[in-house]
Amino acid sequence: MFNMDWTGEYVAFIVFSAVIISGAVFMINFTKVVHMVVSLAAVFIGIAGMFVLLQAEFLAFVQVLIYAGAISILMIFGIMMTKHGDREAESKSRLHKIAAGIGAIALFGILFYAIRQTEFPAQEQPLHGAEDNAMEIGKLLFTGYVVPFELVSVLLTVAFIGAIVLAKKEANE
Amino acid sequence: MLSSYLMVAAILFCIGLYGALVKKNAVIVLLCIELMLNAVNLNLVAFSKYGVGASLTGQMFTLFTIAIAAAEAAVGIAILIALFRARGTVNVDDYDEMRR
Repeated sequence: MFNMDWTGEYVAFIVFSAVIISGAVFMINFTKVVHMVVSLAAVFIGIAGMFVLLQAEFLAFVQVLIYAGAISILMIFGIMMTKHGDREAESKSRLHKIAAGIGAIALFGILFYAIRQTEFPAQEQPLHGAEDNAMEIGKLLFTGYVVPFELVSVLLTVAFIGAIVLAKKEANE
Repeated sequence: MLSSYLMVAAILFCIGLYGALVKKNAVIVLLCIELMLNAVNLNLVAFSKYGVGASLTGQMFTLFTIAIAAAEAAVGIAILIALFRARGTVNVDDYDEMRR
């Protein structure tokens, strides 16, 4: 795993993973809520870079639009509408934090062991449709995945109407 | 190369899990769940390039996951705002009616 030559992809991978992991760790350590959201936006952009490395350009742009754009802004609005300049109060018990940390590290240990132990078989053929990625995805979306695509559109409509109804001010209660 | 991507996704997932368990602000808990979803998306796209039968199916799956995650975030924020109006707090430790 660690014995690979220094190709351009590898260097870019190192840079993006550094952005992703440092953003996530900063998110855990910051005390101001808005700073946490901004560092998570960095994580989302790093993941978009990873998608470009994995020849999923369309997904990379979707990631930037939806995660780094829409969801970050939505969360910032959520913070604005709940409490301004809120600081993360330190009152969760130390025991709770240690237990959560041990749980997360144990899960990572299991995943690490599983990934190292697994023999990934060699590829049968390289990814086709890597160039013209957006066109290939569009073709698939309107041939093989029409039904899920339409279902997702219905689900999004229902979810957003539901969100509006939930967040609406209740009439003079 | 595949196992490196899987490792980054695993690290990201564990950080998201830790944040979701430890953080007190409900907005941040929601964001940590998005982080975990993103780790899973990274896995799907990595397998779509380096898996045995490399195809665009993994990317399609990721597209649908992103759509569901967007809906989840919108509904989650709406519930949070309604809850904040009712209770005047976003601290997840204060939402404990079911325990009392």
